Amino acid sequence: MSETPAPPPRSRLALWLPLVLFAGLFALFVHGLLRPADTNVVSAFVGNPLPAFDLPAATPARPGLATAAFRTGKPKLLNIFASWCVPCAAEAPQLDTLARAGVEIDGVAIHDRPDDLARFLATNGNPYAAIGRDDMRKVQLAIGSSGVPETFVIDGHGVIRYQHIGDIRPDDVPMLLDRLKSAGVQ
Amino acid sequence: MIAELGLAVLWLAAALAVLQLVIGALALRPEGQALAGLVRPVAVMQGVLVLAALAALITLFVQTDLSVKLVVENSHSAKPLIFKIAGTWGNHEGSMLLWVTIMAVAGAFVALIERRLDEPTLMATLAGQAFISLGFYAFLLFASNPFARLPQPADEGQGLNPLLQDVGLAFHPPTLYVGYVGLSIAFSFAIGALVTRNVGPAFARAMRPWVLGAWIFLTLGITAGSYWAYYTLGWGGWWFWDPVENASLMPWLAATALLHSVSVLSSRDALRAWTVMLGVVAFSMSMVGTFLVRSGILTSVHAFAVDPQRGAFILALLAIDIGSALALFSLRAGTVTEGARFAFVSREAALVYNNVMLCGILGIVLVGTLYPLVTEAYGVKVSVGAPYFNPVSAMFAFPMLAMLAVGPLLRWRQDRLAGARAARVAWPVLACGALALAVFVGVELFAHRITLLPALGLAIASGLFPASLLPLVGRNLRRTPLPVWGMVTAHAGIAVALFGMASESAFSVERLAAMQIGETQSVGPWQVQLGAILPVAGPNFTALQATLETRYAGGSPVTLHPQAEAFSNPPGTRNESALETRWNGQLYTVLGEQAADGRWQMRFWWKPFAPLIWLGGALVGLGGLLALAGRVLSDLRRIIARDKIAWRRMRQGR
Repeated sequence: MSETPAPPPRSRLALWLPLVLFAGLFALFVHGLLRPADTNVVSAFVGNPLPAFDLPAATPARPGLATAAFRTGKPKLLNIFASWCVPCAAEAPQLDTLARAGVEIDGVAIHDRPDDLARFLATNGNPYAAIGRDDMRKVQLAIGSSGVPETFVIDGHGVIRYQHIGDIRPDDVPMLLDRLKSAGVQ
Repeated sequence: MIAELGLAVLWLAAALAVLQLVIGALALRPEGQALAGLVRPVAVMQGVLVLAALAALITLFVQTDLSVKLVVENSHSAKPLIFKIAGTWGNHEGSMLLWVTIMAVAGAFVALIERRLDEPTLMATLAGQAFISLGFYAFLLFASNPFARLPQPADEGQGLNPLLQDVGLAFHPPTLYVGYVGLSIAFSFAIGALVTRNVGPAFARAMRPWVLGAWIFLTLGITAGSYWAYYTLGWGGWWFWDPVENASLMPWLAATALLHSVSVLSSRDALRAWTVMLGVVAFSMSMVGTFLVRSGILTSVHAFAVDPQRGAFILALLAIDIGSALALFSLRAGTVTEGARFAFVSREAALVYNNVMLCGILGIVLVGTLYPLVTEAYGVKVSVGAPYFNPVSAMFAFPMLAMLAVGPLLRWRQDRLAGARAARVAWPVLACGALALAVFVGVELFAHRITLLPALGLAIASGLFPASLLPLVGRNLRRTPLPVWGMVTAHAGIAVALFGMASESAFSVERLAAMQIGETQSVGPWQVQLGAILPVAGPNFTALQATLETRYAGGSPVTLHPQAEAFSNPPGTRNESALETRWNGQLYTVLGEQAADGRWQMRFWWKPFAPLIWLGGALVGLGGLLALAGRVLSDLRRIIARDKIAWRRMRQGR
């Protein structure tokens, strides 16, 4: 190679570029690893007002449920449940605890029969102030719920503040109380 | 006993890797010359020991030794033998053992057979290989011991992921693995050459068979994985741009670029620093891919070996290995002398163009794969899919494939497309270009609903296929060297696969139907009748099996049996599609669930020329195999000739 003319001086800085790029990649990976894994997709309905609905009573023991019930200025829980749903029975004690703590809970019974519902409430307790009957899953779909049970925190102006997917476990209770409190402040 | 033996042998192998690193590094100094003779035997012994450790683990799986934790978690006595063996590497610990095994065995082979490279560079290479291996030994021995026993032997194993109980998949991960890890040799050669500043044709020739071998395995592994996803996942697609698919594609792109630049370096002594850089990048992409798969920082369908702590370990290895290699590159590349020059119209220039385009695609895939991670850092969730990857990568891929028609015909160093060369190169290529244009115009005229990308794909594939055969024109075919046959086969395979992809996306017909028993539906030219749905039992699953009578354009009936399988241990389901392949395409049938009214949800696709996708992939792999066979045979011939000469000299007493 000695015959070839002397090579032009190369840009030393450019040679460090791969290392710099890799350092950026590394920082990204570290950040990705340290970030607590949150694979839940937040519903697009959170932050939106409840859609207008007026459901008939699902059981003679409680009144039906309409959107107007959520515009009282006081935050409430909206529980989507059904008598045929096993996790709904499992979360009943937690709903009781919340009701005894002074939280108003309104229910929407999905695809249910009055007899079955009465039996369910007799067995598992009835923490609900009102239970609407949603046989066609209209309200359920309209608020972005994909299954039972789901629990929504609704603030005093009827705006959805939080969506809890699945049954409420005992250790979820303080978190829900917090959410209700912060929904009341807003 | 076997487990303890396996662990002991693994520790010994790790100790030898330390020795290999230390004496390899010492042998680079003048005072350490005496140690140089030891490096090769140590490397060979390390390979043998780690192979014994892998054999021990396979034995444990074959015997279903239920006192070993890994066997209990990943195997089951009722599993067919082949899946017991595949279960060895179908989990994190076992796959890491396979990883170090491949690294060590490859290192042993280099130590045994590589004689052309100058001794210091080889010492540095083997030391580098030991250095990378050590990280993985540490990972195995300290954080993921495959031989750990349970305090109490279990009664029965916990099975293997049902999706993995498939012959295709039993061998898809190890094939990819050989490819991933085979690139580590290229990486070590690059490090060795940087350490001794000896980047030249000898280095390229030593590196080339390893790059080629790893690339063949990657090609076949990706092709097989794509076909597996196509027929077993039951969604009718063959490539999803899933992070893990991308993780296998990125090393392939880098290895493809490396393969081409290494041939420039070995034939023409040009592209020195660039080739070394690609050697580092190719294996880096393997490690990044492994990290993405194992750490679970990206959401993927392949999430069966995910653990953030393992992710942290791999990330640390990534930082140490790649960071130090790139730092070495930054320090040394400036002192690597510039290679030979070449003209604008030359084969080198075409290959540089190919390299730039391949790296462009690599960058696009990398950015698209990691973009969700970037936005998540700012609290925004996005998913990047085909609408980004397809058109943006095509912007680089299509011009590259157009150049592929010309590049192999050009001469090294300098070419002029005038006179006789015009007749040899320009006119045939222009004819192929005219063919491509005719196909494009035809598609646009007669099939209006086809979008631009598939139409361009069909056109380029039609022009590229004849063009890829042009290097054979005018040659004595019996004397044409195998590597040329390999190049032609691989390039033709690219055209074939592209045609399949474009046709699949342009002409596929889908039919979703809720069918009663006895009902007939049509999809494309096919008539499909649902005959019966019966339960069947496999060795470790139960399934519903549909009987479909299918007729192509009123022809004789063909019976297909798509299944919906349910696994009990661990619980899981799988929709096994049934396929009927014809020369001009494939019928794809899937059995879904039963609706409330008793009708069955069925999905049918007619995919014209879809099998060409995998046929093309296999051709690309075969091309690589031919090229590798050609190189190895000529090496063997040279070694035999050299030995003969040496023997004659000895006999004549010289």
